[in-house]
Amino acid sequence: MAGRTLYDKLFDEHVVATPSGEPTLLYIDLHLVHEVTSPQAFDGLRLNGRRVRRPDRTLATADHNVPTDPPSVPVADPVSRRQLEVLEENCAEFGVTLYPRGDANQGIVHVIGPELGVSQPGMTIVCGDSHTSTHGALGALAFGIGTSEVEHVLATQTLPQQRARTMAVTVEGRLAPGVGAKDLVLAIIGRLGTGGGAGHVIEYRGEAIRDLSMEGRMTVCNMSIEAGARAGLIAVDETTIEYLRGRPGVPEGAAFDEAAARWRTYVSDDDAAFDVEVVIDASALSPRVTWGTNPAQVVPLDGVVPSPEDAGSPEERDAIERALAYMGLTPGTPLREVGVDVVFIGSCTNSRLEDLRAAAAVVEGRTVAPGVRALVVPGSHRVKAAAEAEGLDRVFAAAGFEWREPGCSMCLGMNPDQLRPGQRCASTSNRNFEGRQGRGGRTHLVSPAVAAATAVAGRFAAPAEVAP
Amino acid sequence: MRPVHVVEGRAVPLGRNDVDTDQIIPSEWLKRVERTGFGRGLFSEWRDDPDFVLNRPEHAGATILLGAERFGTGSSREHAVWALLDYGFEAVVASSFGDIFANNAGKQGLVIVRLEAGALAELVALVTGDPARHVVIDVERLLVEVPDAAWHHAFDLDPMTRERLLEGWDDIGLSLRHEAEITAYEDRHAGETPVARLAAR
Repeated sequence: MAGRTLYDKLFDEHVVATPSGEPTLLYIDLHLVHEVTSPQAFDGLRLNGRRVRRPDRTLATADHNVPTDPPSVPVADPVSRRQLEVLEENCAEFGVTLYPRGDANQGIVHVIGPELGVSQPGMTIVCGDSHTSTHGALGALAFGIGTSEVEHVLATQTLPQQRARTMAVTVEGRLAPGVGAKDLVLAIIGRLGTGGGAGHVIEYRGEAIRDLSMEGRMTVCNMSIEAGARAGLIAVDETTIEYLRGRPGVPEGAAFDEAAARWRTYVSDDDAAFDVEVVIDASALSPRVTWGTNPAQVVPLDGVVPSPEDAGSPEERDAIERALAYMGLTPGTPLREVGVDVVFIGSCTNSRLEDLRAAAAVVEGRTVAPGVRALVVPGSHRVKAAAEAEGLDRVFAAAGFEWREPGCSMCLGMNPDQLRPGQRCASTSNRNFEGRQGRGGRTHLVSPAVAAATAVAGRFAAPAEVAP
Repeated sequence: MRPVHVVEGRAVPLGRNDVDTDQIIPSEWLKRVERTGFGRGLFSEWRDDPDFVLNRPEHAGATILLGAERFGTGSSREHAVWALLDYGFEAVVASSFGDIFANNAGKQGLVIVRLEAGALAELVALVTGDPARHVVIDVERLLVEVPDAAWHHAFDLDPMTRERLLEGWDDIGLSLRHEAEITAYEDRHAGETPVARLAAR
């Protein structure tokens, strides 16, 4: 019998029922909840007289809407405030653990799951948010769902699921110094396109993936959805085990060793076959910047803004023209000559301690270019506290960055952190869609190191270019 | 969910590839705690442009939206489906869809029709030539039809989604038929969960 992929193992282990002619019913080990995609789901439970089946498998936090001002500052927007209150009311009524704004465990849902040790290898994890793919870095099957499915999981702790196809993205060789996980995943999305991963679960493999820290692996898995894949996976290894050791949700002592032994089985068998295999040479990669209005519209930082003439089809030509018009860019312009108004370091893609360290190392002893607004939004209170313990907040503040409270913030502009029309932003987030960071705003996706160098230079720049 | 057998009416060609759910319903609309009233937010940034196709009088009252490649990529927000339904659309035809969007649509009775690019182009040409053309999407027979042009094309829908649309089934009710199996699974996997461990600290 041929070996099984990691995806197949995770899927098979969670089968509750296989009704004839219907999708498989899968058990869900962990359901993460936030304020935006849950209110209508809780309402549905109330209307039907249903309860939350497993509050001990459900964890909520407030992240999308929260202002990044200190918690003592009230939420000014009444609609946001109401949504945050409704989350508190729902969690109290249904017995769900909630980390609200200001709580020591609060943060972006995809940052706190791993850092609290509640996201673990071998689990099925869902959340009403497409970046749930992040948790796949731990060897868990994790994917985003809509509000109807949120209600479904609250009520039944299961989801009907068709088996996905499998894709192996193997990254051979090593990343050059100054090239990180974000550059890698942007290059992968550029290669696959926005729909290349549709219907698939991607397993990232190869030397460059094994060399990544857990935080880097989360950055890669996080953006799987930008290539159309609902989930990304990375096999468990000692990096995974050591990351989990000592985290609050993880057992201790002999129980940890027992768990770790089980976790180590969450790898694809050597002879497992994937439906699609893609190979990428890590050593050929350099820092990346998106130029357009989807994450696959990406070029090397050393490159130029593409031209509609480069298009392979009339539809692509139309898409390039539309993106250039929205982004206010001229074909052939070197990215290094494109100036920015705002630099945002944050989001579930790049707001963990390692990201903040990478950015701080670039800005230390330097200052933000005149006229540029630069902000750092740590992914969680735990990240914020750890960064402050190392003095990173002081490095950023001295350079002229704002050091703010945790949340999704300017990644999607549901809180007051938004671009104004026409403003151009170098952002460590995951989506450069039209209006994503504020109506009329122009987003370029970059790594934390490039974002930091860009803040100093006032235009897109690599860390090596900014002199102390 | 209400049963859906046939969707019919006018169709609007949107054109564009990669219409992400941030475009369908911008995030400022996601703060609402209700399930209704999202129609006003549908494509709200594009609707500021008076020439945007939905603003043209000949397309008023359309029930079918014609997309292109990869309609509904990006964010998992089901609000995108609610906004399309609330605006008056009952079906979206495109050559491919974002997986989460298509899944959400199925839960709400928004009919998702995948037509290969050639057939979609024919349909778009028919509707562009005469915006008042009557288009029929038959979920029972899995056909898209333009009767007055004698044009029709078959489409695929997985049997479960088709059945759910036709019967108007509630997914949660369907899953709860397996209550005994769910409980048996939970009994086999009993023990303190990480969330419980965390909450106990």
